[in-house]
Amino acid sequence: MATLSEAPPLAPVPEKKPPRKRGRLVPYWLLLPGLLWLVIFFALPMIYQASTSVQTGSLEEGYKVTWHLATYWDAMSEYWPQFLRSLLYAGAATILCLVLGYPLAYLIAFRAGRWRNLIMVLVIAPFFTSFLIRTLAWKTILADSGPVVSTLNTLHVLDVTNWLGWTSGDRVLATPLAVVCGLTYNFLPFMILPLYTSLERIDGRLHEAAGDLYARPWTTFRKVTFPLSMPGVVSGTLLTFIPAAGDYVNAELLGSTDTRMIGNVIQTQFLRILDYPTAAALSFILMAAILLMVTIYIRRAGTEDLV
Amino acid sequence: MPVVNWLKRHFVVIAGLLTLGYLLLPNVVVTVFSFNKPKGRFNYEWQQFSTAAWKDPCGVADMCGSLSISLQIAFWATAGATILGTMIAFALVRYRFRARGTVNSLIFLPMAMPEVVMAASLLTLFLNLGAQLGFWTILIAHIMFCLSFVVVAVKARVMSMDPRLEQAAQDLYAGPAQTFLRVTLPIAAPGIAAGALLSFALSFDDFIITNFNAGSTVTFPMFVWGSAQRGTPVQINVIGTAMFLVAVLLVLSSMLISNRRNKQKA
Repeated sequence: MATLSEAPPLAPVPEKKPPRKRGRLVPYWLLLPGLLWLVIFFALPMIYQASTSVQTGSLEEGYKVTWHLATYWDAMSEYWPQFLRSLLYAGAATILCLVLGYPLAYLIAFRAGRWRNLIMVLVIAPFFTSFLIRTLAWKTILADSGPVVSTLNTLHVLDVTNWLGWTSGDRVLATPLAVVCGLTYNFLPFMILPLYTSLERIDGRLHEAAGDLYARPWTTFRKVTFPLSMPGVVSGTLLTFIPAAGDYVNAELLGSTDTRMIGNVIQTQFLRILDYPTAAALSFILMAAILLMVTIYIRRAGTEDLV
Repeated sequence: MPVVNWLKRHFVVIAGLLTLGYLLLPNVVVTVFSFNKPKGRFNYEWQQFSTAAWKDPCGVADMCGSLSISLQIAFWATAGATILGTMIAFALVRYRFRARGTVNSLIFLPMAMPEVVMAASLLTLFLNLGAQLGFWTILIAHIMFCLSFVVVAVKARVMSMDPRLEQAAQDLYAGPAQTFLRVTLPIAAPGIAAGALLSFALSFDDFIITNFNAGSTVTFPMFVWGSAQRGTPVQINVIGTAMFLVAVLLVLSSMLISNRRNKQKA
């Protein structure tokens, strides 16, 4: 991290060129390098991927575009359980993140006082620590002989979760519960930070006003605080759901073959089985599904100007 | 019922602190297990206290090599993404031009795309071009996904900037270059620094996109991933603990600096 102090040189000086009024081309020159990068290494790959998904052939003989759309059909009929599972797990993790993250964001915004900076540091610092190492730590925490499993067992919670199909037997590791727990943990900061930003903007006097009008704390929260924090809720849920739906790290490290998500399938198809058309089709379907859901969600939430 | 009332009154504080505990629990475990002396290859069960790993953090083959590759990539990715992103941010805030909306959505899309989709599509591009996977393909990918985050961070800062300050500088006969270097740049600096810091963290920690586009190059996250199958050396926990401490110090100091600045202004 020491390298950070040597801040990289700044962008070319915009005003060095002809003064702004005459320099109609200045914004285009400023945009050009960065946009080229995004077009070549972000947009163009999507087109390549689209073309790969309609190819047939084999590694040895090479692939040709044959408009073989059946790949999509075959991929979906084979892997719909993993697809559904990804959306379910990501949805559950998002809801858990919202429920767990809201009190902490609220605490930092309104109640922390002089502890505010310290708590913020503790929320942000994990960002800079390897998330893989932290995810592996959950293997220890949720281990079969560990305190979590024995506590849940004593409280007979495991019986309930077993019945619901979230866990199996005396284990938490390698079950859906462990994967959702890991996902929730991994993306929780992405929920807390936008929530905090939108809560912090709320004028504290509104709370006092609600109190003056005899609103009880819960009513104040429901009618004043929560609606005003909606931009944070929307961006927080998006920042949690999207990466969680494509994640394969948690399912691989904390789950089993019964908890494989669509990310695991794409990874295996691309890097191990080398079935590029199927892999490309799956990743295209995932992208389309998420873009569609996000668009509907943003429309519904009525915060189109948010992004 | 005083206990119930007390719980009710402090509900937010209690729930918030519990969440904080959930967030920090793995870091505590990583720290504790960096002092473990495991019996087998895996470091998942507590055996015996030992400081051996702390005395010899690079004692594992290839680990520190992968760490150094990750640091180099993160440094160059940060430099590249910060330069390109700052330019875009200035263009978007300071100028009105056609296709501004299109540019805005092109910037937004990489952030709204699951990583695995970007990773897979980039791999198909590289495969089609016959590019040699390794250091350069990782760097290209990292600059690509860090770029948007820099744009957002710098944009937020430049947007809140009072344009009259620059007009004032020009009224005082500052040339365009002087205005930029002495007025614009210092005001935009916190946004640029935030963008750079975020890029560094994102690049250094990225696994999914790197895993697809790395070829046989092994970055630190990839080393950790591999070790989950082969057996995790205690040294990984040492690095994890050290990273956490450095991060806390770094974030804390940057917060204190910006706090002091704000107080001076007020």
